[in-house]
Amino acid sequence: MPTSLTINGQSQTIDLPDDVPLLWVLRDEVGLTGTKFGCGVSACGACTVHIDGEAVRSCQVALADVWGEVTTIEGLGTPDNMAMIQQTWVDHQVAQCGYCQSGQIMNAAALLAQTPNPTDQDIDDAMQGNLCRCGTYPRIRAAIKDAAQRIQEA
Amino acid sequence: MASIGKIARRTFLIGTAAIVGGVAFGVYQVRKDAPNPLVAGDGEATLNPFMLINQDGITIIAPRAEMGQGVHTTLAALVAEEMDVAWDDITVLHGPPAQAYYNQALLGLALPFHHYADSNFQHNLRQSVGMVGKLLNLQVTGGSTSTKDAYERMRHAGASAREALKLAAAAQLSVAVGTLRTENSKVIAQNGTEIAYTDLAEAVRDITPPDVDLRAKSTWKYLGKSMPRTDMVAKSTGTAHYAADTKLDGLKFATVRMNPRRSGMVSYDDSAARDMPGVEAIIDLGDGIGVVANNTWLAMQAAEAVDIEWEPASYPVDTEGLMAATRAAFDLEPNSTTRDDGDVTAAVEGTEITAEYVVPYLAHATMEPMNATALYTGDTLEVWSGNQAPVIVRDKCAEAVGLDPEQVTLHTTMLGGGFGRRGEYDFSVPAAKIAAALPGTPIRMTWSREEDMRHDFYRPAAMAQFRGVVRDGKAQLVDGKIAAQSVTHTSSMRLVGQVPPGPDRGHVEGAADQPYAIPNFRITGHLADLTVPLGFWRSVGNSHNGFFFDTFIDELAHAAGTDPLQFRLDMARAEHAPSAGVIEAVGEMSNWGSEKPANIGRGIGFTYSFGTPTAEVVEVEDTGNGIRINKCWIACDVGTALDPSIIEAQMVSGAVYGFSAAVQGEVTFSDGAAEQYNFYDYDALRMHNTPAFEVRVLETNPHMGGVGEPGTPPSMPALGNALFDLTGTRARQLPLIKTFDLIL
Repeated sequence: MPTSLTINGQSQTIDLPDDVPLLWVLRDEVGLTGTKFGCGVSACGACTVHIDGEAVRSCQVALADVWGEVTTIEGLGTPDNMAMIQQTWVDHQVAQCGYCQSGQIMNAAALLAQTPNPTDQDIDDAMQGNLCRCGTYPRIRAAIKDAAQRIQEA
Repeated sequence: MASIGKIARRTFLIGTAAIVGGVAFGVYQVRKDAPNPLVAGDGEATLNPFMLINQDGITIIAPRAEMGQGVHTTLAALVAEEMDVAWDDITVLHGPPAQAYYNQALLGLALPFHHYADSNFQHNLRQSVGMVGKLLNLQVTGGSTSTKDAYERMRHAGASAREALKLAAAAQLSVAVGTLRTENSKVIAQNGTEIAYTDLAEAVRDITPPDVDLRAKSTWKYLGKSMPRTDMVAKSTGTAHYAADTKLDGLKFATVRMNPRRSGMVSYDDSAARDMPGVEAIIDLGDGIGVVANNTWLAMQAAEAVDIEWEPASYPVDTEGLMAATRAAFDLEPNSTTRDDGDVTAAVEGTEITAEYVVPYLAHATMEPMNATALYTGDTLEVWSGNQAPVIVRDKCAEAVGLDPEQVTLHTTMLGGGFGRRGEYDFSVPAAKIAAALPGTPIRMTWSREEDMRHDFYRPAAMAQFRGVVRDGKAQLVDGKIAAQSVTHTSSMRLVGQVPPGPDRGHVEGAADQPYAIPNFRITGHLADLTVPLGFWRSVGNSHNGFFFDTFIDELAHAAGTDPLQFRLDMARAEHAPSAGVIEAVGEMSNWGSEKPANIGRGIGFTYSFGTPTAEVVEVEDTGNGIRINKCWIACDVGTALDPSIIEAQMVSGAVYGFSAAVQGEVTFSDGAAEQYNFYDYDALRMHNTPAFEVRVLETNPHMGGVGEPGTPPSMPALGNALFDLTGTRARQLPLIKTFDLIL
């Protein structure tokens, strides 16, 4: 039976088995390829999206279990209208290969929504599930702190 | 916007005879250039293989793969600097497979001199030997060579295009070309009339680009500055195009299972998989199977359900056997003795020490698992692949499906990490074969992480035995033996079917070629007779030899009773000033030698690799709850720093990659297969255990060095040496987690 989802504010009807992970619904069925596959076992964070504002690993959420509105990197901001966290990512020139960065940004956005002024420890705790093989961590940390400040000033 | 697909397709339809505008400029012309693979359509101009101008904008064609190292940005800046293109007007695309994009600098690394000692004569010889790269169609991203290789070529491309555009404008305005200037993608006349480059696309088509001198470094606007990366907005918004993001009508999704013992397939039974949800086809690939479904995850589920009997491995089946075979190589005649100063067999007075070191196999573990997208129509094949070697990939895909290379269009997409892994063709060919089984249906093939981890081309396990003598606070003798399976031989056999002649310099790089004056100094390379699939892992031989050699130097310093930084500095000063410079700089940055609490350890590491001497100081702290890497200072000398921000990022990236391997990276084997499956058993540094960094980029080196790899080799010994300083236990075996209580 088709499943209805709300993704980036749009309602979608998905005709796939119930156990297909949200990640593969987004990428293959909806065509939202900004969300990346890295490990399939919740060990790298590349597939992070928001469900009702909470950061989740979309490789671990079955289609039938999606409990709220889904936001992906495409829904957070666009090249012409970036969210503040994306703008500071650009300002700090964070990305290298870029493959993990959608997940990093979605995780960081959820962190800032919950903890508007995170300490280094908060950042360590929140971000350590997101792997980056290029080692962009120092710039990620700087971009999160900058975004926190600019969101508060705004 | 121009699309490389469009450009390349036209090229292949028309063939290499169709060259618009000709390519005629600078030293480039003298060497009889390769044909321009780009063919301009109506209203477009391509003045050389590196650019296309049309009504919509200016596209710069990067001959090297963007895998995170920022090469698109720096190569675009080389062209834009001379051409006066406004930075925001630039689009950068990967070049199609073509002879014009050969890597001249890469083969130069193979010449029999110590690289750091290059005279101008040797430097030039390296350049000319590199021309062989053109003959071999060596369009490869590797060896930290991209900017060095492009430095002259792409500036010439920009300069001659600028002059051609001025000629076109002069004709249009009926003024002398000498009265025109260029700025912000426009030609500007004395009376203030401006013509945008894009409006000259039609007119410039038939103008032969003139040969002009390059601008002086002192006038640079883009080069030498930290430019906004051309890929940054896309990579921050999920809109960058990786191969598995390719969208095509009627797309189907596939995955593979190949032999984890790295040989053939005996048979398979797919009866349990055929009727699983979403499955559309199960394809015999000869050496494995491909499963096609209406969703990648469903394809992966079905692939797991196929019962496959694999052929056995051709190498010893477990780590113990592999290490025994590696150790046995010490007793074989050396393959290389490329360093043999003085006489290490003579009796040398002083304190003698010996040490043995062991490092494991390593996986690349790029964030993006191997994948490719392909569409086969019967007489054409189109492949989307994030790869570091387009000509090889195209040719191997063509061969696999029985087409000529001219019938194959290869799109090089963004690479979700390369580190050497994506120089292989093994992940593109299966996509082509699956597509060939389903003509007209586009196939997006993605490997599971487990398939990726267990089918890597690994950094080899390696061992070293060192003997040294110190007297009067200085090294008098270093005699080192290095044993490992040869990456060069293994990968050459795989890629081109033959082993290059002469000693394998890559096997001993990072030790034999180090810029130290030691009166009696010999390094021999011993090749283990093994057939494990090996590949180029960020910094290649330097990744193990950097650890072996520099750790032994640290041991000698302690035996000599000399400060480890001063010990290295004394040896480097006598041999290579830029190397001495980075050792001094990193000492100053880290306040080396200053007082520190008992729970803090500091270590220095130094390696000269890929033309860039790099020194790193690492500080570790015993927190009482595990050892943390607090801080890393890096000093490197790249000669000419084209983009300081990108260089800083690469140095940090290289060090994090090295620390990750040094702390916990290890691939082990049992029953002929790698025992690691995913990031839970092959992890890397993360946010909480990555140190803070400080990087200084020096520019005294007379030749330009690479930046993608040199940060990796010295990171591992620097960390081990810091742990020795903290604990008194010498790190002679990696990964360090086996010996030290590091925070994971």
